[in-house]
Amino acid sequence: MSDATKPSGLALAHMWIAFLLFAVAALLGLYQVLERAELIPVWDLGYYSSVTSHGAIMGFVLTTLFISGFGYYTAATSLKMEVPMKGVAWLGWILMVGGSVLAAVFMLTGQAAVLFTFYPPLTAHVGFYIGATLLVVGSWLWVLVMIVMMGQWKKANPGQVVPLAMFGTAINALLWFWTSLGVAIEVLTQIIPLALGLVDTIDVGLARTLFSWTLHPIVYFWLLPAYITLYTIVPKAAGGRLISDEMARIAFIMLVVFGLPIGFHHLYMDPFQAEGWKILHMVGTMLVAIPTMITGFTVIGSLEIAGRLRGGKGLFGWISKVDWSQPVVLAAGFAMLMLTIGGFGGLINASYSLNVVVHNTQWVTGHFHLIFGGTVVIMYMGAAYYIWPSVTGKELASLGRARTQLWLWFIGMCTLTLPWHALGLQGQPRRTAFSPYATEFVQSWWTAEYLMVLGGAILVLSAVLFVFNLAIGGGPAASREVEYAEAVHQPVSLPNSLNGFTLWNWIIAISMIVAFGYPVAQFWMMPTYDPVMWGF
Amino acid sequence: MHVDPLEKTWVWLASAIAVTFVVVLIWAAVARGIHPPSNVETIDSASLHLSEEFAEDNLGVHRQPDGSLKVVMVATRYGFYPQHIEVPANTPINFRIATTDVLHGFHVEGTNLATMVIPGFISEVNLAEGFKTTGTKPMFCNEYCGLGHHYMWSRVTITDKAS
Repeated sequence: MSDATKPSGLALAHMWIAFLLFAVAALLGLYQVLERAELIPVWDLGYYSSVTSHGAIMGFVLTTLFISGFGYYTAATSLKMEVPMKGVAWLGWILMVGGSVLAAVFMLTGQAAVLFTFYPPLTAHVGFYIGATLLVVGSWLWVLVMIVMMGQWKKANPGQVVPLAMFGTAINALLWFWTSLGVAIEVLTQIIPLALGLVDTIDVGLARTLFSWTLHPIVYFWLLPAYITLYTIVPKAAGGRLISDEMARIAFIMLVVFGLPIGFHHLYMDPFQAEGWKILHMVGTMLVAIPTMITGFTVIGSLEIAGRLRGGKGLFGWISKVDWSQPVVLAAGFAMLMLTIGGFGGLINASYSLNVVVHNTQWVTGHFHLIFGGTVVIMYMGAAYYIWPSVTGKELASLGRARTQLWLWFIGMCTLTLPWHALGLQGQPRRTAFSPYATEFVQSWWTAEYLMVLGGAILVLSAVLFVFNLAIGGGPAASREVEYAEAVHQPVSLPNSLNGFTLWNWIIAISMIVAFGYPVAQFWMMPTYDPVMWGF
Repeated sequence: MHVDPLEKTWVWLASAIAVTFVVVLIWAAVARGIHPPSNVETIDSASLHLSEEFAEDNLGVHRQPDGSLKVVMVATRYGFYPQHIEVPANTPINFRIATTDVLHGFHVEGTNLATMVIPGFISEVNLAEGFKTTGTKPMFCNEYCGLGHHYMWSRVTITDKAS
């Protein structure tokens, strides 16, 4: 493959903006834990502006930009073809970066302390919502390029199996399009008209229902690049093979199909949706645990193959033989550990009758930091370390320093999130600047609060070291060849359902109508009293 | 298409685990009647004071003819009103709350007394067996409602039923 087909410029431009803003958001996280533990003076506007910025940058900007850059990279290298429509791709980058900067200006100047979940009828400066909209519109251009690219390849290679890395990337693009429709409808038809003063009131029940449409599957949009790395890069880097290519495709499809129509587990405690709809979404939420358990099996099984190929013997003897010196393999090990703990916590949150005990407590914050920081971001880091030599043409200056950084991230994330789980069970609410509650049980929170600060400090150190590791040159010249993991039985042909998305698009469309049709329509079928806009 | 036999076994096992969770949760909901607040009941948040149920004079604890309690509260930035309620332990409670302004959350730690409070809607929680332990507990707002969110809380005192 010639260098011309390398998407280096596009991939690097997306990932650099993602990682620089990630470091800023990590610093904001440290500010928040310091204020929450009352080690610095309380500043309400600063705290909630910081929570908004931290959440929006981590959840929307880091993810969307990284996933786009990673997508261009995996598409070009796995299909071995040039990214088409470069102009559209760069326009997408401009919209995403421009939108992020616009939103950041209003968040960081204290004009948008409404949190990244928007929470109408609280209303921020309209520029914040317009920035967020541009980010999403820019990401749709990435979706378009990915889908067109897969179509062009299939046309040029009729009957051939789409490489697993591209299959995962393209199905993630499709997932994101479906996912983002909910919040796009909410922001464009409800929030921006309200913020501009075109309408006087907002139907909060409808807005929250639409947001829940996006709020759960967005997690799988974040997670899929981590899974793509675990399935297609890690087995090879560890010195082995992937157990099953077909099962990986089935897991991706299950994540997308089960993951979309289940947002109501975020609305369990909301009074405007009836019991039956919540139970329906709960069933899907539990089913989506299946592809995650499959992934756990396949990834650990592939690592075992690697360990045995390298001479490991006995029930557990293979573990020490896996090539953990590769940062992406070490990241995979940490990710599986934290995904396991976070996943079990998630099953508790998703439990229709148990959620009440932990809803909106610090437990939830602990849960999603384990999934997001502990599984998604650590795999982004591992993936970045793996692909950096091939996009920059230079090896990493020090693999040891990359491993140190990952160890710090793992230790910091555990130190931060395990005490948060404990605090949540002790009743501590999430999203509070500090705890001015004059009751004795606040006293029992302090040990966990100080551990949280320690965890936050370690994480910031790790985040800065991560950016440093990528930025510092000095490694020897690297090969620009990219190799993806091969399956034990590499598929030679596949049914259309495992090689394309038409069937799944139809199934998703029907399931979304079933899951959200009546719950959305009900707001026109009963008299609702919509509140006016409120400042924060 | 190739699927490893061990992997096939694991897919069945994983599916059985997920289905077991679903069955247990549906059983708890249907047979034991454990549901989160889902009453889908609208109200005009801007004129709660004109509604009979949430008018200022009617807030607080009401004893019902069957011996159970009805508690009516209003959430507004930054407090729950009445700010201190007193209820006997082991007495069924029908709890209703509405907001005058923005979103709030309501939670009494260690109990099932929790709900989101959404503008335009009434939230209802039924504690079939009431509170189990006595003492004074804080009732926190647990949903971000504005820059004073962390100051929003009130108290419930649970007394011995005999007294």
